[in-house]
Amino acid sequence: MTRFLVRRISLIVVTLLVVSTAIFAITEILPGDVAQMVMGQGATEQNLKHIRETLGLDRPAPVRYLDWIGGVVRGDMGDSFVQKIPVTQVIAPRLANSLILAGFAFLVAVPSAVAIGVWMGVRQGSKTDHAVSVGSLVAISLPEFVTGVLLIIVFSSFLGWLPSSSAILPGTSPLTRPLILVLPTLTLTGVLFAYIMRMTRANVIEVLNTQYVRTAVLKGLPMRRVLLRHVVPNAMLPTISVIAVNMGWMLGGLIIVENVFAYPGLGQLLLTAINTRDVPLLQTLALIIAGTYALSNLVADLSYGALDPRIRLT
Amino acid sequence: MAAPTASPRMQLGPLDAATSIAAALLRALASLVRLALRTPAGRIGLPLVVLHVVLALFGQALAPYPPTQFHIEDHQLEGPSLQFLLGTDQFGRDVLSRVMSGATSLISVAAAGALLGIALGTVVGMSSGYKGGRTDEVVMRIMDAMMSFPSLLIALLVLTSLGPNPINIAGTIGIVFIAPVARVMRSSTLAVKSLEFVDAARLRGEPNVYIIFREILPNTLPVLAVEASVRFSYSILLVASLGFLGLGVQPPSSDWGLMISESRIFITGAPWVALAPAAAVASLVIGVNLLADGIKQARELPKREA
Repeated sequence: MTRFLVRRISLIVVTLLVVSTAIFAITEILPGDVAQMVMGQGATEQNLKHIRETLGLDRPAPVRYLDWIGGVVRGDMGDSFVQKIPVTQVIAPRLANSLILAGFAFLVAVPSAVAIGVWMGVRQGSKTDHAVSVGSLVAISLPEFVTGVLLIIVFSSFLGWLPSSSAILPGTSPLTRPLILVLPTLTLTGVLFAYIMRMTRANVIEVLNTQYVRTAVLKGLPMRRVLLRHVVPNAMLPTISVIAVNMGWMLGGLIIVENVFAYPGLGQLLLTAINTRDVPLLQTLALIIAGTYALSNLVADLSYGALDPRIRLT
Repeated sequence: MAAPTASPRMQLGPLDAATSIAAALLRALASLVRLALRTPAGRIGLPLVVLHVVLALFGQALAPYPPTQFHIEDHQLEGPSLQFLLGTDQFGRDVLSRVMSGATSLISVAAAGALLGIALGTVVGMSSGYKGGRTDEVVMRIMDAMMSFPSLLIALLVLTSLGPNPINIAGTIGIVFIAPVARVMRSSTLAVKSLEFVDAARLRGEPNVYIIFREILPNTLPVLAVEASVRFSYSILLVASLGFLGLGVQPPSSDWGLMISESRIFITGAPWVALAPAAAVASLVIGVNLLADGIKQARELPKREA
């Protein structure tokens, strides 16, 4: 177990190193640099040179990269090129906002998707099952920006119940205006719910056909007990990996959803960082995203072990 | 056995190879259509997909107005009418014409990207799985690293650096798709490679390339078909999302994602400008997914041979 953890965590560190090198390399070939972006087209060569010197951009790329990595190891993520304050300060409130949004989406989507997935698996082939299957297929097929825009048309333009924009003043928490969270959460939930529901349903159907479930039914266990003790734990195994993979997808979905609703989260910040060539900011965001994904995969593997004693983590 | 989507490894002239590949592809396509029509999902999905393919091929020619024609003075943001069936946008352009001519770029770029990704991913995954050992370990770790990143983010980075033209978009999607396709194809290669006919081919002294493409590949086709259909629908979603973020086909050509993005400003007053392209994207992806689902179900209906 310890060996497993050590191996996996060192693999994660290697992955993060690879990712950060790749991002750094990509930003190197991006045309235009932060000096150009800050000063605009009319900047004189002198001004550009001055900015590059103050930001340390006149040093060769490998030196800058090693310098940055050295900082990260000491817990210093560097200063944002554009805002001139530590990257962590720029990111912290945005990260909180995104976590709130993603957290709500997960809280809504996962339990309901698992519950309905199990139910539909048991009632396989019924009219409800067919209706839910078609509905979930449609939900999977809609890109987030289409779902978001449709929700805005229905709930803001037409019914007038909810705000169409989730923009908030910097420094305020979205929790003070919970209404603005409803539509973005719903948008994110849609696809997530559909994926997990379909996966759970398929697994439940598979498990229901196994010998051990038949045995459980034949020895007279009540159906509820068969489902809770025998079917659900076994059906959850593959579902968990789907949930973990969806973490990565959700981070991509956040970029779109935050853009649709003008919600000040990580996704919006990321687009800004790319557009302004704010390399330290971009690097840190990339590390957060890749790290989240890697960690959620690790958690998924650990929960495999917890749910199925046959799986030994080595 | 299913018709082999032949590798260009045959000892024939290039023209013969081309015609036989084309014939094999057509046969495979025909059998897929027959399969699809056996399930309700396929019977809904196929017409939707065909409709979009027709739009992609002839949409521009069938559109009632040139998609970039302005009617600024008199017809800005008009609701649907007989003259403009789906209304007009902020420049007085006909929404129907813009939607009809937007299919071409989206579908061709998405399809090119998906095909590239499937081809590269298949080669990487199968070679890695077949080779095994240290090489396999290293290749798969690289694939893991590639997958630990949302594909949309990679696409954003690459396209802002290289510029959003169709070739770059398709190329980026192709690269992003290598890892997931390689994973799937590797595991199905592992399942097939221990079978006896592979050993037989190896003992005959066949080259590895022959064994991978002529012995193993045909036996992984069902898996590949499912994976390919998933990739196609992801690819469409990705291209549309990039368009929404302004990294798709550049104006004034029409792009469904961009149309929706631009329509947000006047969404309360003129929802049709957003609804039409939204319906177009939705019906395309729903069609592809239903078709894929239908084919998958139809394969499971009878006991499949071998």
